[in-house]
Amino acid sequence: MIDREEVLHIARLARLRLGEEEIEPMARELSAVIEHVAKIGELDLRDTAPTSHVVEVAGRLRADEPHQCLPREVVLAQAPAVSGEGFLVPSPQA
Amino acid sequence: MSAEELVSLGAQAAAQALASGQIAAHELYEIYRSRAAADDLNCFTWVAEQTPAPPAASPLGGVPLAVKDLFCTEGVPSQSGSRILEGYLPPYTATAVERLLGAGACLLAKTNQDEFAMGSSNENSAFGPVLNPWDRSRVPGGSSGGSAAAVAAGLTPWALGTDTGGSIRQPAALCGIVGFKPTYGAVSRYGMIAFASSLDQAGPLTRDVTDAALMLRHLIGYDECDATSLDFPGEIALPTAERLDGVRLGVPEELTGEGIEAGVLAAFHATLALAEQLGATVEPISLPHAAHALSAYYVIAPAECSSNLARFDGVRYGMRTEAAGDLTEMYTRTRHDGFGAEVKRRIMLGTYALSSGYYDAYYGRAQCVRTKIVEDFRNVFADVDFVVTPTAPSVAFPLGSKTADPLAMYLNDFCTVPMSLAGIPAISIPCGLALPPEDRNVTEAASGGGLPVGFQIAGPAFSENRILETAFALEQAIGFDGGTVRA
Repeated sequence: MIDREEVLHIARLARLRLGEEEIEPMARELSAVIEHVAKIGELDLRDTAPTSHVVEVAGRLRADEPHQCLPREVVLAQAPAVSGEGFLVPSPQA
Repeated sequence: MSAEELVSLGAQAAAQALASGQIAAHELYEIYRSRAAADDLNCFTWVAEQTPAPPAASPLGGVPLAVKDLFCTEGVPSQSGSRILEGYLPPYTATAVERLLGAGACLLAKTNQDEFAMGSSNENSAFGPVLNPWDRSRVPGGSSGGSAAAVAAGLTPWALGTDTGGSIRQPAALCGIVGFKPTYGAVSRYGMIAFASSLDQAGPLTRDVTDAALMLRHLIGYDECDATSLDFPGEIALPTAERLDGVRLGVPEELTGEGIEAGVLAAFHATLALAEQLGATVEPISLPHAAHALSAYYVIAPAECSSNLARFDGVRYGMRTEAAGDLTEMYTRTRHDGFGAEVKRRIMLGTYALSSGYYDAYYGRAQCVRTKIVEDFRNVFADVDFVVTPTAPSVAFPLGSKTADPLAMYLNDFCTVPMSLAGIPAISIPCGLALPPEDRNVTEAASGGGLPVGFQIAGPAFSENRILETAFALEQAIGFDGGTVRA
């Protein structure tokens, strides 16, 4: 059902590199799961509204006031690479 | 008190003994710390190295607490069972943990889990599998497997876990302890490393129902840091019920028949008979869409996971794979090296279900099935007080027996996911022992009596106190003894 090309396409969308040895098992396993979950296609759901959340929360708002957040150096201490006051990443167009 | 006597105290009994000065907090903590440090079940990803300062007078004044790895704990490794968060020391503590520590609990250890809480056997952890203390060749369940095994083995008085599709209830069942998933929104999710945000909920794993009530009492409450957090109506009381007169239990045919091991069903029906002796009525009910709950769950949860786990990109925390090339190359290589096989599978599944051309057929439909499940429960709760089922379709299964077949693993969750999709509270209590199917020809005596079976009680939103009372009355009548695996 899901072939190699589709696996590679989804992996690109998910920003996930798959090793050559991961591609065939992924196609097989995804196909099996999708075949199972596709059974929900049998239900008549024409008049049913979707539920994205079971809790009805009417967006609680807080006062728009400045407050203390985590210190910059505390946050940067967890980053794999930093430069000055920011996160360091490779160039998008290397 | 001897070490054995101290370890035999549950959390509530320990809190009382501490408050009365009968035992000292540092003495209790040191005994658990040495037991946890000597653990050979692989329950923990971190164990405290020092005994903390004795707490001021407080409700939980000094009761040690183990916490699932995915809860952020300031300055303490919090890696959600994943390589991609290697070495992560959060700069803040999750609200649920903060509340328990604020009530006087002392952080003892972080517990092993399936990576990002994705799994039903704890075999997906980057730190290796946890062993079931009832039989070390078997899984403890998952994803809160370390929490469940640690409580069962007496390595902690109690533990905090999370449940997305059964991750508190199923390991509690397989390890012979109590696990409670509260109403969605009752406990803050702030600082829980997210898996599926519309389903994730924190809750207790404990030796008995009283301890579950005690922990829940200190967990619930509105938190402005979690937009889905709710005010819980009232307080959680410690249960005292002895009888179940007038309590109506509904048994859904869809979750109590095909696919459930004979031994599990026998223990379930014996518990129903006991409930009737206590005065409850037992009625057959129908949850017509329950058969589709697992399918809906395995669309919705991976979809939310694929979105939540986009944050792990090697930029702000955790590991990075340095590679020649551009930013995208760094992202994709980091995610390749950092995520395990099951997490990759769920990210792929979720990305597929949300992708252009498939969204309506999968994610859109799954959300409509979720509506049907919510309606099914609403309908049955007009006629019965609780829905009861076996918690898991099997007893603990052998390590490695389901890892090659993701779908077979997912089927472990079919009794627990309907409640998760509906956001309703559900508890699992141990209700007896059953022989695994491969041992059917072995006599009960030869196998040591069998492995634990869980009995699930689910009620409407915010029915926590009524569930606890019912579970407590049953617990007293069942008289399950989990003491042997603590020794």
